[in-house]
Amino acid sequence: MKRRTFLKGIAGAGSLAALGGAGITRAFADDKVKMGFVYVGPRDDYGYNQAHFEGKSAVAKQGWVKAFDEENVPETIEVIKTMESMINLDGAQVLFPTSFGYFPHILKIAEKYPKVMFLHCGGLWDASKHPKNVGSYFGYIDEPVYLAGIVAGHMSKTGKLGYIAAIPIPQVLRNINSFTLGARSVNPKITTNVVFTGGWANPVKEAESANSMVDQGIDVLTCHVDSPKVVVETAEKRGVMCCGYHTNQAVLAPKGFLTGAEWNWSKVYADYAEMIKGGKTIPNLVRGGIKEGIVKSSPYGAPVSDKARKHADEVRAKFMDGSMVVYKGTIKDNKGNTVIAAGKEYKQTDIWLESMDWLVEGVIGAAKS
Amino acid sequence: MSHEEIGLFGILFAVLGGAIRVGTPFLFVSLGECLTERSGRINLGLEGNLVMGAMLAYGISYLSGSPWLGVAAAAGAGAMLGLLHALLCQQPRVNDIAVGIALMLFGTGLAFFWGKPFIQPSAPHLPSLSLGAWSDSPALRSALEINVLFIAGIVLAPLLAWFFRNARWGLNVRCAGESTEAALAMGLNVNMIRLLATMAGGALAGVGGSFLSLYYPGSWNEGLSSGQGLMAVALVIFARWDPVKCVYASLLFGGAAALGPALQSAGITWGYYLFNAAPYVLTLAIMIATSSAKRRLPGLPGVFSNLK
Repeated sequence: MKRRTFLKGIAGAGSLAALGGAGITRAFADDKVKMGFVYVGPRDDYGYNQAHFEGKSAVAKQGWVKAFDEENVPETIEVIKTMESMINLDGAQVLFPTSFGYFPHILKIAEKYPKVMFLHCGGLWDASKHPKNVGSYFGYIDEPVYLAGIVAGHMSKTGKLGYIAAIPIPQVLRNINSFTLGARSVNPKITTNVVFTGGWANPVKEAESANSMVDQGIDVLTCHVDSPKVVVETAEKRGVMCCGYHTNQAVLAPKGFLTGAEWNWSKVYADYAEMIKGGKTIPNLVRGGIKEGIVKSSPYGAPVSDKARKHADEVRAKFMDGSMVVYKGTIKDNKGNTVIAAGKEYKQTDIWLESMDWLVEGVIGAAKS
Repeated sequence: MSHEEIGLFGILFAVLGGAIRVGTPFLFVSLGECLTERSGRINLGLEGNLVMGAMLAYGISYLSGSPWLGVAAAAGAGAMLGLLHALLCQQPRVNDIAVGIALMLFGTGLAFFWGKPFIQPSAPHLPSLSLGAWSDSPALRSALEINVLFIAGIVLAPLLAWFFRNARWGLNVRCAGESTEAALAMGLNVNMIRLLATMAGGALAGVGGSFLSLYYPGSWNEGLSSGQGLMAVALVIFARWDPVKCVYASLLFGGAAALGPALQSAGITWGYYLFNAAPYVLTLAIMIATSSAKRRLPGLPGVFSNLK
């Protein structure tokens, strides 16, 4: 075949495909609710991205919803390309860029597409600064993390807990603090060592941190990274206990798994879909904890004592009836300053907690490097 | 032992253990690259072999129940990628560095594509030897929990050095790397030597990948390699194309990677970004220290002398 005829052939095929493309777009131009999801990592990472993917899959089961997603999208200009193609090619009405670091990129294009709602998973949206078609949703996952802290506090023999975290942003610090406060409500002498690995997914560093922590006598490990699989498996291998995060990791550590904090995104995404279907305005800020069903605890693992279960269940009941306040004075940071004065209370809904940049007394680690 | 002493020894053990645990993939990739470069080819694509090897080893180990079969598969896949590199580079006017970069993207992309079903399941791991059973310190015991692949690598390095120095085939490899013309004049099949050396080097890199997924950290996912394959290529320059020095360099890089987490878990909380970047800073420092516009690097195979 001559090169020219070959090229002609390609051009022909291309225009056919383009025609086909137009046809498809028309076929889908119906009144389905169109939702786009973007993940920073793989859909099946046993962690953060899987939790969102499970939520997307649940909402996609509704016949009147068309949900599409893309995984492994870096927190760079790439996410802008992904979002724009979801808007222009798939006709997305609402986008869920689920990673924390997507936020600045959302702001770059939000004003260009005023009819699309951009809902960011995390706490950065500010009514006074950001456009109306941007919003944020997040769960008070530190409630089940606090409960995990109580269980860890009961179960730890050495009184040393370990937290392997990605980077010191407010949500991560809040989890570390709640975990430590939960554990210290059992035994005020307990300490939590923190390692910041510097990235959301760095398996070698996570395994190395877990090993170093066990070497230092830490006997309960937990983590806030995209996929807790490596940390949970390393803890099991080294014969220490662990608490999970994002989704249920009990099967990975049958001997040492205590409990964990999980997202329940299927409910959140279903609620959004209903709002769009019903033609309601989408709220810019959606928050909720155990009570609202946005987060939950993993079932207790085999080693958890009855005493620990009972204590955690009592506090869970308090979260359910709304009487539990985690951030209640006097709370000191780990440098000795009083951050919450005696008698002062910050309820979960308090937006002040979302700018947390300190670590509570008992945490060995630094919020700023 | 006081609390602080445990902390300091803990750091020491963690860095020691980390040097071995984190260093093993570096060791295999750098030995492989050393062999390939000694024959007169640069294969920058070993990162692809590493990731491909990690994925296949995990998948095969999960499906067959035998981690050793997984290691064999990783070596096979690495050899195949090496073969592809060698065949492409034999063509006229093909640049081996460009082919290497292309194969790196090809290998990682293919591994991500095929690896999807293996992210969730848990595969059987490679066994290890407990060399620290005599000690009553759990930290030391864990640091001396040595994987058989590491021992294989340690044995392989002096063997490879002997091969280059004394074996007829080893001398042929070196000859091909020193001067294509001389090798041709000797009647050697230079292309075949380079093809075999690239395949063997690729296989070693694949084995390095299997260590990542089947032992440490012992799981397959798409973020598994943080550029170990690329760093190991830089490490060969640092080791002056000497297999035995590759061992020391790998241990040094492994220890550097373990330093950040070890210091933080001992409660040293300042400067963690700096310590976490230690291996990369080390790579950069080596590159700066060893580059020179005037002289040829000691140990650099002759055919690369025009590259500088």
